[in-house]
Amino acid sequence: MSLADTLQEPGAPVPGAPARPAAALRPRRNDFLYYGLRNKKLVFGLGLEILLVILAIIGPSISPHNTTDYFKLNASPTGANWLGTDFQGHDVFAQLVNGLRESYLVGALGAVSAAIVGMVLGFIAGWRGGILDEILQLLTNVIVMIPSLVLLVVVGAYLNTRSVLFEGVFIGLTTWPWVARAVRAQTFSLRSREFVDLARLSGKRPTSIVIRDIAPNMASYLFLVVILLFGSSMLLAASYDFLGLGPSGVVSLGGMMQNANLNSALFFKEWWWFFPPGLVLTAMVASLLVANVGLDEVFNPKLRES
Amino acid sequence: MSLTVENLSVAYRSRRGDITAVDSVSFRLADGEIMGLAGESGSGKSTIGNALIYMDPRMKLAGGKALLDGKELPLSDNDAMRKLRMTEVSLVPQYAMSALPPTRRIGKIIADLLKSHGIKDRDEVLSELLRRLELIGLKDEILRRYAFELSGGMRQRVTIIMSSLLNPSLLIADEVTSALDVSTQRAVGEMLIEFRDRGYIKSAIAITHDLSILAQIADSITIMYAGRLAEKASTAAITEAPLHPYTQALIASLPEVGVRHEDTTLTGIPGRPPSLVNPPSGCRFRERCPFAFEKCTETPPFAEIRPGHQVACWKVSQEHGGGARVTVPAGAIADSASTKGTGK
Amino acid sequence: MRRFLSRKLITYLIAFVIGVTVDWGIPRLIPGDPVQAYLSQFRLQPAGYDALYKTMSEAFGTNGSAWDQYMHYWQSILTWNMGVSIGNFPARVTTLIGQALPYTLALLIPAIVLSYILGNRLGAAAARRKGLDNSVLPLGYVFQAMPYPWLALIIPYLLAVVWHVFPLSGGYSNSLLPTWSWTFIGSLLTHWFLPFLTVFLVSLGGWAIGMRNLVIYELENDSSRYLRALGARERVIRRYAYRNASLPQLSGLALQLGVVVGGNIVTEIAFQYPGLGKLLYTAIGNKDYFLLQGIFIFIIIGVLIANFVIDLVFISIDPRTRLSMQGAPA
Ligand SMILES: Nc1ncnc2c1ncn2[C@@H]1O[C@H](COP(=O)(O)OP(=O)(O)O)[C@@H](O)[C@H]1O
Ligand code: SF4
Ligand SMILES: [Mg+2]
Repeated sequence: MSLADTLQEPGAPVPGAPARPAAALRPRRNDFLYYGLRNKKLVFGLGLEILLVILAIIGPSISPHNTTDYFKLNASPTGANWLGTDFQGHDVFAQLVNGLRESYLVGALGAVSAAIVGMVLGFIAGWRGGILDEILQLLTNVIVMIPSLVLLVVVGAYLNTRSVLFEGVFIGLTTWPWVARAVRAQTFSLRSREFVDLARLSGKRPTSIVIRDIAPNMASYLFLVVILLFGSSMLLAASYDFLGLGPSGVVSLGGMMQNANLNSALFFKEWWWFFPPGLVLTAMVASLLVANVGLDEVFNPKLRES
Repeated sequence: MSLTVENLSVAYRSRRGDITAVDSVSFRLADGEIMGLAGESGSGKSTIGNALIYMDPRMKLAGGKALLDGKELPLSDNDAMRKLRMTEVSLVPQYAMSALPPTRRIGKIIADLLKSHGIKDRDEVLSELLRRLELIGLKDEILRRYAFELSGGMRQRVTIIMSSLLNPSLLIADEVTSALDVSTQRAVGEMLIEFRDRGYIKSAIAITHDLSILAQIADSITIMYAGRLAEKASTAAITEAPLHPYTQALIASLPEVGVRHEDTTLTGIPGRPPSLVNPPSGCRFRERCPFAFEKCTETPPFAEIRPGHQVACWKVSQEHGGGARVTVPAGAIADSASTKGTGK
Repeated sequence: MRRFLSRKLITYLIAFVIGVTVDWGIPRLIPGDPVQAYLSQFRLQPAGYDALYKTMSEAFGTNGSAWDQYMHYWQSILTWNMGVSIGNFPARVTTLIGQALPYTLALLIPAIVLSYILGNRLGAAAARRKGLDNSVLPLGYVFQAMPYPWLALIIPYLLAVVWHVFPLSGGYSNSLLPTWSWTFIGSLLTHWFLPFLTVFLVSLGGWAIGMRNLVIYELENDSSRYLRALGARERVIRRYAYRNASLPQLSGLALQLGVVVGGNIVTEIAFQYPGLGKLLYTAIGNKDYFLLQGIFIFIIIGVLIANFVIDLVFISIDPRTRLSMQGAPA
């Protein structure tokens, strides 16, 4: 079961949707901070993620070499080339830190575009219901059924150059239904709660109710969904890159693995070429996931280990 | 005495220390009594009800005890309590709409509960179950249904039947009418009375924030405010001649008897109940009370002003002379032990 | 029930029409003429070129007005006549698909179903035992976080290159011809194992974690509390929680099985496994647009049929899914 699939289970308890306590009981902001700093999963996951982000940011400048420098071909790791070189004699470490940066970029683009489309459509469907809702459901069902990798392969076959932006947005446009479904279900249940009734009775406009009253109540939940999407976008991008469908002329982690595979790195036991990019990507996504469970426990008191 | 609760205190663990949601509460329930427990939401009604049957891991008994038919309930011993649940004390929870497990048919759920209680003669219970379903006008076909196939009113009735199936001595019915429309409310309320009259349950606590429904079903009404009891008296006394200033304000804010009242915040009296995290000393209603005076900085005792009428208010106990005595004196426990087993 | 089914049918119908239209449109949207692009690879005499061009255009239905072509396309789909592959001329597209499909199904269905069964067990056990949870949870996250291509490199690296336990790639040994001999079946199985293991492992973590989290939620929800308040034994409460949690897991399984005919392109490419994914990928490399179209349409039809069958099965298993599939707030 892939990561994206974990977002789609109909009827699944919404991870991180806190059982909303009565107004008097609503946790304070500094409560989240308090529990957050004491949650080992969150601290560990977030800590590792931050280290990796720092590596992605400063990596390219601390790396002694550029991705375009030439060295001895297929060399194993040495003091000069920390992670060895590839079949063209390019430094693997330099590629790794640049790929890291690219992964985060695509992940963020994918998560943000999915979140925007999914939230807007989910809010509308959940709030208005009726025919709009039906149409949205139909659309999500159709998109869920069309295998997106196949679609990308087909679309990609006709595009000669692709950008990072294209890849990110493509991922977003094929994963937004998970967000939309979740947001729709939440809006559905929230709109019948008392505080929304109150807002409605007091004559607020629907858009302002959605933004002022409903959205804040779902914020923690949405945050968790977006984090999961961030991770799954990075993984999807790695698969696309591995198939050569990624952005052209850009160093990516999936692209490194593709090159290794195409140039028989397995056969020649050049492990330094394909092992690090996957390891780093696993660490990037795993720490996001662990931080996500931690956050879930922080937002949802029921799950806290007492 | 069916139930005697003595100085019961229940706390929730929280990072800002324990929140004492129920503070030194004492009351008694006679055999056959349906006691209404009313108060604003957050006043601790459900906490009392839950404490008497199942304390979740974040709740703890901070003091006091409860005797059911003369025997002390092992409130903080989960294993010992498990055997008494459903058989001696039972609960229709506030969340009854979502209480029925969704992936099993109603009949199967009931069968599993009977098994958990090691009930041998399941056929007898089953025929009793069918009788009760018929009594309240549900078809036995309902046993083959899933919870999601039932309407709100049906779910509510099914939980009441389930919870009372093993004839518990005490049934705690938490907000059983709140989620229903007016006509169903009435029917569900009458169901409680009928079950009591037929001896399915010996006594009941009907928890609600809606006073008007209590006027129809309860024998006595207890009013709670911010974790403490404010007043307990017969239904007539509470609705017609309430003594505690808080009860008076509550009754005055009811639009008319019989009309459903959504929200029992007091329109007439400004302010909100105090926080339970660091509650003020003295009478908790003091900040909002129009009659507050110096004495009110001390905690008023829950005193019996007249037979069967207890009030926790300095003003009332002064007006009614020094004759007021604190209820549930030490000897009461011994009394109640002698009434053990009656009516069952 | 009828409403549910008709709604589903409409969804499928719309998905189908959209799919077919997109599929039809794609080769026509690219600049240039696919037949011409293909023929330009060969050095042909002008006369031969013209003859070949004419035959191939007819074979692929690229002559006539756009509307005629569209109708022609629908006709060929409804008569299940996808034409011939350019890259493997004159092999029929349907034949190629028919050859690749068994590999894909044999790879993915066991991997998905077995990882589902084992993952659910692991997850439920982890939700029950703290000690186990401390190892299942982190391991599960690591597996869930592993990129497919990476696992598809690491596993053969260790098991085929370093330790020589299994063959590195392919569907069967190059030195054999497909026959129903024991040698050939043995070769099929050894070649099947590593790609199977890759898909299995990646899926396993997700199922285990999903189940674990769901069971933990279910153990805290209202119905568990009610059972507890009525004195049910903890064992019974767990059984209910497990059952409640199985339902969303099952619809996750259904979704996965539904898209199985799409193949797992990454794994098939990494292992050079001759399934549909690889066929599709090769078609792209060869600019074999008609094979591409054929596979795409086949996948769409396969996905729709699989989903419909799964819907029907679901309804008969548990009526509650009817509601959750309609998206009613559960
Ligand atoms: N899970 C909890 N954690 C901490 N405090 C709680 C919790 N549940 C209830 N409380 C506290 O107990 C008080 C009483 O709650 P409750 O018994 O549910 O009130 P009622 O049933 O009268 O509406 C609340 O105001 C709140 O302060
Ligand atoms: S004790 Fe004092 S403050 Fe409290 S209700 Fe009575 S008069 Fe008011
Ligand atoms: Mg309550």
